[in-house]
Amino acid sequence: MSGHSTYTPKSAFARWLDSRLPILSLRAELMDYPTPKNLNYWWTFGGILALCLGLQIATGVVLAMHYNVGNAFDSVEHIMRDVNYGWLLRYLHANGASMFFLAVYIHMMRGLYYGSYKAPREVIWLLGMVIYLLMMATAFMGYVLPWGQMSFHGAVVITNLLGAFPIIGEPITTWLWGGYAVDTPTLNRFFSLHYLLPFVIAGVVVLHIWALHVPGNNNPTGVDVKSKADTLPFHPYYTVKDGFAIVLFLILYAVFVFFMPDALGHADNYTPANPLQTPQHIVPEWYLLPFYAMLRAVPDKVMGVLVMFGSLALLFLLPWLDTAKVRSMRYRPSMRWFFFIFVVVCFLLGWCGGNPPDDPVIPANVGFQLFDSNINSFTWFSRVLTLYYFAYFIVITPIMGWVEKTLPVPESISTPVLAGEAKKG
Amino acid sequence: MSDAVAHPGIGSGADPADEDPNRRDFIHIAAAVGAAGAVAGLAWPMVDQMNPSADTLAMASIEYEFSKVELGQQVAIKWRGKPVFVRHRTPKEIAEAVAGDHADLRDPQTDAERHKAGKAEWLILVGVCTHLGCVPLFGQGDYGGWFCPCHGSVYDTSGRIRKGPAPKNLAVPDYSFLSDTKVKIG
Repeated sequence: MSGHSTYTPKSAFARWLDSRLPILSLRAELMDYPTPKNLNYWWTFGGILALCLGLQIATGVVLAMHYNVGNAFDSVEHIMRDVNYGWLLRYLHANGASMFFLAVYIHMMRGLYYGSYKAPREVIWLLGMVIYLLMMATAFMGYVLPWGQMSFHGAVVITNLLGAFPIIGEPITTWLWGGYAVDTPTLNRFFSLHYLLPFVIAGVVVLHIWALHVPGNNNPTGVDVKSKADTLPFHPYYTVKDGFAIVLFLILYAVFVFFMPDALGHADNYTPANPLQTPQHIVPEWYLLPFYAMLRAVPDKVMGVLVMFGSLALLFLLPWLDTAKVRSMRYRPSMRWFFFIFVVVCFLLGWCGGNPPDDPVIPANVGFQLFDSNINSFTWFSRVLTLYYFAYFIVITPIMGWVEKTLPVPESISTPVLAGEAKKG
Repeated sequence: MSDAVAHPGIGSGADPADEDPNRRDFIHIAAAVGAAGAVAGLAWPMVDQMNPSADTLAMASIEYEFSKVELGQQVAIKWRGKPVFVRHRTPKEIAEAVAGDHADLRDPQTDAERHKAGKAEWLILVGVCTHLGCVPLFGQGDYGGWFCPCHGSVYDTSGRIRKGPAPKNLAVPDYSFLSDTKVKIG
């Protein structure tokens, strides 16, 4: 991570500081960092995610000044109605979580398409997956804090997932709850952890970027950087490009915050938690729906939980499941289509997770009974989609790596560009 | 004697026979074991503090006066933070439950095992779905009993699991009838 910059501080004070704490050199190092010159807008989501984390921490710290665990539901209403700009801070924080996940899913899909998880970037990918898991845990605990009906029963369902495991399941859930059921002790510890985990995420983000700066960025061709001609300094080229993407992203964020702040939430969560009654239709937040659909697709409790956790475990194994020599799917004409289907499958799984399991997928179709459910139900549709999700990682990815005939890969990042120039000239 | 070579300054001037490398190893191991013991000793309180506290554990049993529960009615009361259903079953529900004794049950139990002898009309259950803990709704689903809105588990009029992802029947808590109108749960 050294040697790219020839920075020497100009003022005497800067030289004094930098020789004691080389923070100015570090800044120069990051700004001059040689970055592939062909990065497209899919590469701007790393910067967007850093901003998301910063915004969530800033709004969250402020909200915690007004939130009260012993009086959770009412204190959230107090924030909404009485605290100066409390409504804005809470809507920024709640919608910020959704925007954070939107960005992280695009960031992950970019990594999948361009093979950014492949050698030598496996550790970057693994650290990213750790961040993703921490994000899901943090978001889940944050959703519990308003202590509405969805908060409460969401917490009940998710903590009961761990109870699925034989013998150890029950002691673990009791330990998590601090009682015989989800109750105030549970809420109190979730608040503590919800405050802690974002700082853990920030720590892993530092490792993620550190690991990134060893091999440097991947790029749309997937070809390694061969010479200085293939790169540009990070600043001003990518600070400006990231900055422009951030502005567009913030516009979308503002549309949600100011015009449809509750569109991504659920009306039931404005009803105080009632342990004696579960809402008629309980669903998690949109960003967890695909996993929820996979959980429900399996008619057995332990197996359902294993399938759900397995779907995440596969992402950790991906760098070793992929046998392909070519990184970018730009040069993988068949695998690209399996990837596009995979993206559609993820969306459809989300759609299934948001619908009651026995409802028909095609409204007017009667269908017929197959084993335990109607063939035209979300249950069976989820099963087919879950099968594709697993097959994509376990079957398609390794086999396509062996059998696919890839397109010719350019010699270097500059070659395709220069070839185009030559034709024109 | 590699240690003595690596740290020539230490122990110089002393009798070479005193420089037993095992002594330094012993100090290293003892320090590591001491530190590990201290961490382990502190780790358990850090973990165990999350378990139910004494006042939570002390949540006593509850008594419930059930004379107000009409035939065919169900009341949900809170016990240890969970709902308990006190259901006054109709003869039709009892007949259906008994008829189900010989069905292909996932968690086989006869209806008689799920209520107190001679009190078939009173069914007392923990109202927590054995799948993932939602509260099932009465009067929905194919078996005339409960239906869980979360993941579609269906229970019959005895609270036995008949369909869906839940693995077990609705739990029967420890309870006893104190009189003809009063029950003690827990």
